[in-house]
Formats: sequence, C-alpha cells, structure tokens
Amino acid sequence: MKLWNRKQRPKRQAPSAPPVEPLTLPALLWLLAALLLAVVPHAWELPVWLTVAFYGVAGWRGMIALRDRRLPPRGLVLVVAVLAGGGVLIDFRTLFGRDAGVALLVAMTACKLLETRGLRDGVVLVFLGYLLVMSNLLYSQEILMVAYLFGVVLTMLAAQVMIHRQHAGFKALAPLWLTGKMALRAIPVMLILFLLFPRIPGPLWGLPRDAYKGRTGLSEEMMPGTVSELSKSDEVAFRARFAGPVPPPDQLYWRGPVLWNFDGRRWSSGDRAPRSTPVPFTPEGEALEYTVILEPSNRIWLFALDLPAILPPQSGMTPSFQLLRQQPINEVYRYQMRSYPRYRTGGLEAAERNRGLWLPRSGNPRARELAAEWLARPLQPAAMVDAALALFREQAFYYTLNPPLLGSNSVDEFLFRTRQGFCEHYASAFVFLMRAAGVPARVVTGYQGGERNTFGDYLIVRQSDAHAWAEVWLEGRGWVRVDPTAAVAPNRIQEGLYAAVADAEDLPFLIRRGGDSAWLRQLAMGWDSLNNSWNEWVLAYGPDRQKEFLSGLGFGPVDWADMTVAMTVALGVLGLLVAGLRLRNQGSRDPVARAWERFCARLARRGLARDAHEGPLAFAERVAINRPELAESARAIGSLYALLRYGSGFSAEGIRQLQRLVREFRV
Amino acid sequence: MTSLVEDRLDLAIRQVGSIILGKERAIRLALTCLLARGHLLIEDLPGMGKTTLAHALAHSLGLHYQRIQFTSDLLPADILGAAVYERQREAFVFHPGPIFAQLILADEINRATPKTQSALLEAMEEGQVTIEGETRPLPEPFFVIATQNPAYQIGTFPLPESQLDRFLMRIELGYPDAQAERALLEGEDRREVLARLPVAMTPEQLQEAQARVGGVHVAPPLLDYIQALLAFSRQSNRFRGGLSPRAGLGLLRAARAWALLHRRGHVLPEDVQAVLAAVISHRLHPGEDSLEQSAGELVNQLLTAVALPP
Repeated sequence: MKLWNRKQRPKRQAPSAPPVEPLTLPALLWLLAALLLAVVPHAWELPVWLTVAFYGVAGWRGMIALRDRRLPPRGLVLVVAVLAGGGVLIDFRTLFGRDAGVALLVAMTACKLLETRGLRDGVVLVFLGYLLVMSNLLYSQEILMVAYLFGVVLTMLAAQVMIHRQHAGFKALAPLWLTGKMALRAIPVMLILFLLFPRIPGPLWGLPRDAYKGRTGLSEEMMPGTVSELSKSDEVAFRARFAGPVPPPDQLYWRGPVLWNFDGRRWSSGDRAPRSTPVPFTPEGEALEYTVILEPSNRIWLFALDLPAILPPQSGMTPSFQLLRQQPINEVYRYQMRSYPRYRTGGLEAAERNRGLWLPRSGNPRARELAAEWLARPLQPAAMVDAALALFREQAFYYTLNPPLLGSNSVDEFLFRTRQGFCEHYASAFVFLMRAAGVPARVVTGYQGGERNTFGDYLIVRQSDAHAWAEVWLEGRGWVRVDPTAAVAPNRIQEGLYAAVADAEDLPFLIRRGGDSAWLRQLAMGWDSLNNSWNEWVLAYGPDRQKEFLSGLGFGPVDWADMTVAMTVALGVLGLLVAGLRLRNQGSRDPVARAWERFCARLARRGLARDAHEGPLAFAERVAINRPELAESARAIGSLYALLRYGSGFSAEGIRQLQRLVREFRV
Repeated sequence: MTSLVEDRLDLAIRQVGSIILGKERAIRLALTCLLARGHLLIEDLPGMGKTTLAHALAHSLGLHYQRIQFTSDLLPADILGAAVYERQREAFVFHPGPIFAQLILADEINRATPKTQSALLEAMEEGQVTIEGETRPLPEPFFVIATQNPAYQIGTFPLPESQLDRFLMRIELGYPDAQAERALLEGEDRREVLARLPVAMTPEQLQEAQARVGGVHVAPPLLDYIQALLAFSRQSNRFRGGLSPRAGLGLLRAARAWALLHRRGHVLPEDVQAVLAAVISHRLHPGEDSLEQSAGELVNQLLTAVALPP
C-alpha cells in the first residue's frame, strides 16, 4: 500500500527457502524422458562431448530423484554452466548462429536440470523443451522428423500434464493417452490455422546464415570435376509434375546458370542482371505446362525446361533465359512453369556477340589450331558444330565419372591427350572450339533428364542428373542447344547416368536405375512419392499455394485481409459447432439435473459451491448451516432432487415442483 | 406395519445408545451391518466398549448371545462343538459349541491360531457348520461381531487380507468425547442399565427388516457412482490393487441397509458415503505414492476424488 515506505520495511530475516511445491518423481521422469527424446535428433550435429554431457546430466538427475538424494550445490551448477558455455564457445568460436545457439540451448537445459526442484522449474524446462523440439526443424523438415517431433511434443505435453496435476495419481502411460486425445481434438484448429493463416511471401523471420549451409547443388562456377562430383549425390534437386505426358528425355534440359566467362580453366557466369518480364522468343509448336517443387538450395536459381515463357511470382529472367528468384530458396518452393521445347531466339547484339566469342589471350594452342584449320577450309558455323561433334564421336573419347586430372591447358589436354571426361569437360572443350572458330557460344549448366516416379506420376531430378551443355548462336535460328555429351554417350541423355558411365558401381543406390532389387526400388519410389506430397502440401504451402487452395474452393482472388476473415469465420464456426454439441448434450439431459445444476450454480456464484462429490442432502445441510435464512428452501430442493434423482418412479408433478422451487430460490 | 419395523430399529438404536454413550454412529453402522446380513469387525484398544456394544445389541434385539474369548490355545471344536459319547444312550451325541447362537462376540479374534480363526470364518461365510460329516445350519439371524486388537500387539495372529474380506465392515469405536465420558463416569453401572432394558424387537421383526433391505430402490445414477468409486480405486496408483467386485456388492448392500435405517426407500450418494469408510477401509491398500497414509485418509481421498455422476 505505502510504496514510499520501502526503507522502513523490516530487515529480511535469516534467509529461509521460499516454499516450493516439489516435482513428484513421475512428473520429473516424464519431463526427463521428453527432454531426452527432444535432444536425440541433435546428436548428429552437436559436438560429441555435449551430447554425452547432456545425457550424463539427465541420467544423474534421474538417479538423484530415484534415490532421493540431494541436488548438487548451486556453486557446482554455476561452474558446470560456465564450463558448458565455454566449451560451446571454444568449439564453435561463437555463441551465435544456428549450431552454436542450439548447442548453448542444450547445455543450459542440462544445467537447468541440475537445479530443478519445484513445479516452476518444471514449467521452465517444459518450455525449454518445446524450444528444443522446434530447433530440430532448423535442421530437417522431412516427414520422419516431423512425425518424430510430434511424438516428442506428445511426451512433452504428458510431462506438462504430470507437472500441473501432480496428485491426480495417473498410472503408467495414462497421461500419454490423455494428451493424445487432447492433440486429436486440436487437429481441426490446427488445420484451419495452417490452411488459412495469412501467409506472407518470404520468410517471416531471418535465420542465422549458418542455418542454410551444407546444401549440395550446382555451383556458380564450372571447373573440371565440379559436375562429376555432384553426380555422386543421390539427393533430390527438385521434382516436376507435368500437366500432359512427360516429354522425351532429349527435351528434358533443365536450365540453370549460363556461363559466359572462361579464364582457361574455370567457367563463370558473367550473365546480365535479370529483368522482371520474360525474355521474348518465337515459340514453335506446343507449350509444356508443369509444376516444379524445388528443394531448398540456398541459391536464387529456379530451374525450368528450355525455354521458359513465364515467370513465377517475385522472380526475374536474365537475357540468357535463366530464372532467378529474389530471395534464396531456403524452404521447399513450388512454382508453375510453361516452356516451349522448340523455339527460335532473336538476333545477337554486338556486346553479346563479343562476350560469346571472348577467350583468354593465350593457352590451349592446339585447340586454337584446330579451330583455325576449320576456319581456313572454310566451314559454315553449322558445319563447324558438326565437325566438333564428329570429333567427339569418332575419336576415342570416354565418358567417365573419374577423369584424369588436367593441368593449365585443360582443353588441349582433354582433347588431345586424356580424352576421358565428364559432361563439363565436353561442354567446356566444345564451347572453346566454337569460340576459337568464331561461332558465339556459351556453357549452360543445369540438370538433364530425371526419373519418372510411377506412384505419383512425377519426375524426380536428383543432383546426379546435374549436367552441362553448350549453346551456339547460328544465324537465322538464334541460340541452339548442342550437347556434346550426347555425341559421346547417348545413353546419358536417354537413360541417365547409370547407363552411361563405365564406373557406375561407385554410385549410390538410388541413382542406379533399373539395376538390382526391384522391390527395394519400388519401396524407395513409394517413399519418395510420400515425400513429394509432403513437400507440395505442407512445406511448399506458401502464399501462392494458399491462394490457389482458396480459389479452388470457389473464392475469387483473395488477399491477406480476406484470409484473416476466412480464418476467423472458420474458427468461429468450429467454436459454435463445439458449443452446439455441448448444448445439445445438455439439452438432452433430464430437467431434474438441469434444475439442480441451476440451483448449484446460483449458490456457487455466492461462494457456496457444491463439491463434486457432495450429495444433495449433504449440500443442502451445508447451505443451511452457512445461510440459515435459506435453510428451508435449500433442504426442500435438496430432498426433492434426491427423491427425483435416486428414488423409484417418475413424477412429472415432482419435476414441476422442483423447477418451481429452483425458480423461486433467491440467494 | 412399515413404520413399525423402523420405529423398532430406532428404539433399538436409542436403547443401545443409552448404554454406549456418544457412539451413535458406530451403533448405526453395527446395526446396518446386521441388517445387510454382514459381519462386523471392531478394531480398537481394550476397554473401549466393544464387548458392551455387542452385548447391548444382542439384548436390545432379543438375540441369543454367545461370547467366545479367543486365546492361542482355542481349538476349532471349542467353537463349533463336538460329538461326545454318552454311555446311557450308547451313542455319540453332538454337543453344539458356542457358535450356535444368533449373535456371537468373537473377542480378540487375532489371539487365536489361524486354524481356529478359519473355522469361525468358514462358518460365517457358509451360514452352516459341518462336523463329522454332518452339516448343521446355524440359527437365523446369524451375526458375528469380532473384535481385534491393533496388530502391533505382541502374541497375535493378524487376520490375512483374504479373511478380512469376509467382514462386511470394520469399524473403530474410539474414545468417547468429554461429555459422554462425564455421563459415563457419573451414571450407574451400565450392566445394570442393560439388564433393565426391555427388548426392542423380536428376531422375526429383525429378519423382516433384513428382508426389506433388498427392496430399497437403487437408481442408475447411484450405480454409476458406485462404479466410478470402484473404477477410481482400480485406476489410481494411490491404491495397490483396486476394490473387488465383492467389495462393490458389499458397499451397495450396506448403503441399502443404511438407507433403510434412515427411513428411505431409495439409496442416496450420502448413504454410500456414510458406509464407505466402514466397508472399504480394510480392503483398500495404499499404493506406492501413499504408503504413509492411514486407511482413513485413503478412503477420504477416494471419496473426495470421485465426483457424483451428473
């Protein structure tokens, strides 16, 4: 009351521990179990010492509880906390970012366990536990992980129930049943929120940069070895679903970064800035309509078949027909595309022509000689393309995953000495020859082909489908795709990598198409199909998909405000439905119970609540003692209710009388 | 006619109450037990009036009364009786033991050996005894009040759980309050008072009352309540092993008798709650969570934890 009187407050007595409601053993054990489960997936990323320490501390805490020992002194916990924080700092050289942050969270949760005595500590740990659960999603959002985390959340909920209802006397797995039922009931609300909560484009919050590291995929540059390394990975790059039939493999060129610049060994982009409208070209023939579900790559590249004619939202197209999104793709991204497999592009500007012919001043002399020889014949550009392809086809070139290493004159060494290479060697040498012979040319990287999954009828494109090919500019036709690899290893294009390379046994199982154990493959395909649905419907459910969904329901174009209204209405309807069900249940109950409940509710409002186990006569007697002026009417109601409820025989008169008594009952 | 039996029961309660002062609840429970055709176990320290209660009940209800003092050398034949050879008649003649009475006080039952205890308990269960191949029915009504000293006393054979279950109720008398004790100290000898008391009802009237217990109405919500009590005792880990179906039956029967004793034709939850402690406290065992709790606390937890069905 007198806030200014603070100084006059009596001095604190000898410090006495505040009254703590202790955690019961079952509650603590549930909590430990939930925390242990939440940290399991982190074991793959955390430093080994930390994982071991966490489980050690949790086990120790469990033993303390089981054997009824004392907790370690506060000082020791402090030392452990400082050591753990120091350990994380030394290991990661920072306390920030995804990995260090998660490690710190795990370490501090362990420390909190060591000082957990009472109910409040338990609640804090539960929320730390939910944070641990969520942090797992920073590493993986696959189905299995999410299913596992759902289980962990149930356990965590059970721990929470145990903490808050310590003395309810649950047996064994009973709390898990309870939370399971609670979770089931929450599903409609969850679905409404998931489907209708307004999504905004782009991530809601930024994640530390290290959250997206370690993605495999194409790189911005191409050197001998970059694509062939990637070819050994069976990770999915993206999946594509076609509106019509899947086009033949020689049309499945998924266009990625276009590389113009060559320094004698390394190809790099040099592409122009993207525009916000599609680059025009003259389509010939039918368009292909399809949907791409892109896995996170931490790149801004979107892949599309040659040549893309439309732009997904918030993306642009470079003059070389490469699609770029504004933000890096850090979550599964789904977009609609339209491409024309047969096309003619327009003319060539002088600047572009120069870049398409640019070569380093020196190096690779023998290749230049060969090109000069063609020029001297003289050959038309188209004939030069044929000559180069004939060279690859007729000489003893090999298509291999493990080509010999090349020195500084990489093109020369490859063309005239080793003659063993992967697609990047062929593309690079081909473009070099073309440029030396005065034909504008460029390297295109991306993916070629893909595996058809009959379960979901879509195409899986893996990192192993990574490919590099060439484009030359020919008068009258514009940019024309030439794939020198097709000349050397036609199987690569038609049937995929496994059929084309000699050393295919090094490849992971999933890449070895049509190889061994058909049923295992079937299983893998079924699983992939499930993953694809998960990607399409859960992970890629962004603003566009949400609008699609709502317009599919018959709504017109919607914005976030409409969505909020829709969500509120849906939640309201759900609430009304539940309330209605409850009301109906109540309405169907007999009038005797309703009258009695009204009577009890009236008294409860005056602070005289009936205990759940209190019988009608006992309650009436208690009312009579507490409020003597109500004694008569309360006793009358109590005994009449008891008679109607527990007596034999039904009496309409009695019910009316009870209703009248309750109506006239004034507190 | 209807009210006659109930009036007589009330009279009996008043009469016994004038002997055992301040113990009306225990007297009512004892009478309830008798009406429900169950047997009663009184567990208390010596000198609390156990014997007096039994004696007063027998006298007031006009029952043939026998007291058996259990000792460690008591044999089954001392209770049941034995066939003795009579020379004049040149035959074995059965001499019935003290068990052939309508109200038996088995005093300090835990002092006898298990063999003797089980002889009594079997007779209680069957309502008849078999001696040397011949089955003899026990009189009607047949009511056993056993007393037991708390088990920590030396030289006793505590009744095993399975035997405890044969008793419908177990009650404690406890010390009288100050007022009752004062009256006891001031008044004349209770035995003399007892001798002067008229008989409140005949055994036939008692049997009629017993017969009417089964007619007390039990509504479905009440059965719901009893089932909820049983279910909770089985599900909660405060108890080791829940209540048996026999306990449930006993609870219902006792509640009916209690309702009858209170002039009601139907059972209320209050009736169940009134007899709950007496009927189940000796059948309920603490679980791991509540080892230190007394039987009374356990029953109270059960009672408060289970809500009345709506």
